[in-house]
Amino acid sequence: MTALLLQESITTGVELQQYLVLSAVLFSIGVYGVLARRNAVLILMSVELMLNAVSINMVAFAVYTAPSMFVGIIFAIFIITIAAAEVGLALGIVLRVFRNRGTANVDEVDSLKW
Amino acid sequence: MTEVFFYIFAATVIGGALGVVLLRNIVHAALGLIGSLLGVAGIYILLSVEFLALVQVLIYGGAVMVLILFGLMLTRTRELKENLDGDQKPLAAVAALVLLGTFIAAFANTEWPRDVGQITTVPFNDIGNALFGRWAVPFELLSGVLLVALVGAIIIAMQEEGEQ
Repeated sequence: MTALLLQESITTGVELQQYLVLSAVLFSIGVYGVLARRNAVLILMSVELMLNAVSINMVAFAVYTAPSMFVGIIFAIFIITIAAAEVGLALGIVLRVFRNRGTANVDEVDSLKW
Repeated sequence: MTEVFFYIFAATVIGGALGVVLLRNIVHAALGLIGSLLGVAGIYILLSVEFLALVQVLIYGGAVMVLILFGLMLTRTRELKENLDGDQKPLAAVAALVLLGTFIAAFANTEWPRDVGQITTVPFNDIGNALFGRWAVPFELLSGVLLVALVGAIIIAMQEEGEQ
């Protein structure tokens, strides 16, 4: 039990770069989703993918290279919290837009276009 | 062993993410997002950060997904066979692939500072001590941000008098 509470170094067979590649792929998929989709809720979901990619990156760097300060892990917790706030707020705005204009497609909400 | 699980979880994450951006049914895309987020929780467990895995399942798998599904339900239009992708789809694919290529090239050309084959496990109680010790002020600020954002969301989404 006490052994679980101590920091220890383990060789897992998975290297840092593999996590970085995974997070890069996930981030790129998220970018594609944000750019290609036109439904506002789908765009939000793609933003969630990008946020998760960043979290994986932070945590991987934290446990592989800088374990003493927990900065990466604390950052990941903060990212998750901010993402929750962001989803709530953004869905409120999307709902409002939908109620006022009858659509949730971002390319039809173009009042600011000139 | 860890490697096998890494590839399983990575396949779940990537597969779910591809579902989010490619599927034509919007509810199926949301289900893909759930799979992807749970896969990320598995990745956190492989990185020995069980706390984040729990938080991920609770907040993302629970709260955020319920919010998103409600958002989908409330903004559903009559036309179910609606085109979910814009005309800029090919350009978006090019942009994403260029970005991915840049990332991979950067990883390949970086000299990593120390032995990157070993992880250091992060115990639960150390995270707690760090969160409420060194990072206590940002943590409290964050709770304020969350509160303000949620009250703001309620005010924005609230029905005004005269609206149908």
